[in-house]
Amino acid sequence: MSRRRNSARRAGQGTGIGVGLATLYLSLLVLLPLGAVAWKAQSGGLAHAWGQVTAPQPWAALKMTLAVSVVVTLINVITGTLIAWVLVRDDFAGKRAVELLIDLPFALPTIVAGLVLLSLYGPTSPLHVDIAFTRLAIGLALLFVTLPFVVRTVQPVLMELDRDMESAAALLGASGLAVVRRVVLPNLLPAMLTGAGLAFGRAIGEFGSVSLLSGNLPFHTEVSAVNIYNQIQSDNPVGAAAQSTMLLAIAAVVLLALGLYRRRASRG
Amino acid sequence: MVSIEVPAVAAQKTPTRGKYLLRVVALGYLALLLLLPMALLCYRAFGHGLGALWSSFTTSEARSAVVVTLIVAGCAVALNTVFGVGAAILLVRRSFPGRRILDVLVDIPQAVSPIVVGLALILVYGKFGIVGGWLERHGIQLIFSLPGIVLATAFVSLPLVVRAVAPVLAELGDEQEQAARTLGASAWHTFRRVTLPSIRDALVYGVVLALARSLGEYGAVTVVSGRVVGKTLTMTLLIDDRLQNFDQQAAYSMAVLLALLAVGALLISRRLQSRARRLV
Repeated sequence: MSRRRNSARRAGQGTGIGVGLATLYLSLLVLLPLGAVAWKAQSGGLAHAWGQVTAPQPWAALKMTLAVSVVVTLINVITGTLIAWVLVRDDFAGKRAVELLIDLPFALPTIVAGLVLLSLYGPTSPLHVDIAFTRLAIGLALLFVTLPFVVRTVQPVLMELDRDMESAAALLGASGLAVVRRVVLPNLLPAMLTGAGLAFGRAIGEFGSVSLLSGNLPFHTEVSAVNIYNQIQSDNPVGAAAQSTMLLAIAAVVLLALGLYRRRASRG
Repeated sequence: MVSIEVPAVAAQKTPTRGKYLLRVVALGYLALLLLLPMALLCYRAFGHGLGALWSSFTTSEARSAVVVTLIVAGCAVALNTVFGVGAAILLVRRSFPGRRILDVLVDIPQAVSPIVVGLALILVYGKFGIVGGWLERHGIQLIFSLPGIVLATAFVSLPLVVRAVAPVLAELGDEQEQAARTLGASAWHTFRRVTLPSIRDALVYGVVLALARSLGEYGAVTVVSGRVVGKTLTMTLLIDDRLQNFDQQAAYSMAVLLALLAVGALLISRRLQSRARRLV
């Protein structure tokens, strides 16, 4: 199938112009601006850029952002797989509504997500749970916006998963837990890791949902994206660019590792 | 035949209590994280009656924010639709050096923090940027005005149309297009009469996703907007503006409007997605 499609691809009429226009659009909108960020970051020398990243406040923000993102990603792997399992293997009234609900964080504007969480878990909470301006609030906001990633990567794999394998293991005397651990989880692992990588990449750069809920207290609840914003506002573009380059580099490394892993996994 | 009997045995062995436990945990988590907060948002927005809700939409700031947002989203989605269809055709149908690289580049915007998007655009198109400085000398201001917001919005929603159209285009194959061309149809005619109708659902799906993303963008826009009330304040920025002015009702009203738009987009896209899949 893929051979046929490959041979169908041809250097048709107008390809050159099309590629030129697409490249121009991408360059003006994405590549040139991102290049400018890296360029600005090193404009005072690499040592200066590193000094900007490791200055006390940005460094504290970066470390906290990465730590919270790791925790959020781990929680996502567990809850996301669990939700995917329930959606695929269980059946209950209102399942279709839940299916729709899962995608809501993708469609909902981040500022609305922040406001929504603030109203339930903030100072005016009807549940009397006030976690506003704490690191817990940052974790909650990140859990909200990254919820769909693991669910949506694990769910299709779980649907395709051959249940005969589980049945065979169960017939051979494996307990329910052993079947999950030895048969189901190894099959889901690539999808779980992909979802985790995507969720982590999203979490480290999140701004809108976090900024309302976290209070942005320096050295405590200021995440990297908010720190960059504050540096732009206080007219320190080099510092903002250095921190941005750091975030871009981390995201690139995660995505690259994920790509390599997937290529290895698909080769078997 | 045996394979039909076996799952039945396994199903009997599955403890139902564990199943219920999983269900309760999963649904409970979703309720606390998603459903309850959304319900409370609706309660707070509608709490003071429909009159209060409506009057917060009829203020001049609210109306201009809606207009600004619609203009920005319209422009960004139009740009990305043209680029998206073109790029999808190039990536799927054509061979050229650097095709793989273009394929990777298209996905970059999704991995970039919205704040970094804003900073990146300021550095190039701002007053002190390479392009922006030159434009400024010719009396054109991009950043802190509408065009800058369009750029930021187009940046973040760039991959959505391409990624919706490309897989459907690949599944369809090009036999029909080839046939049309052989029968003497021009490239444009073939595109309009053969390609476009067959990717219509996928295209609308991509456009709806891009529109939802564009209407709701906050981080990238907040950096490049300058927040001039009545001029560059979008709906998401207005929510923040109203909160800072302790005007909760206006903030909740705008938030509930955006949430409804998001749910609408989800419903439409879900329908289109399943229809597009069935056709393939």
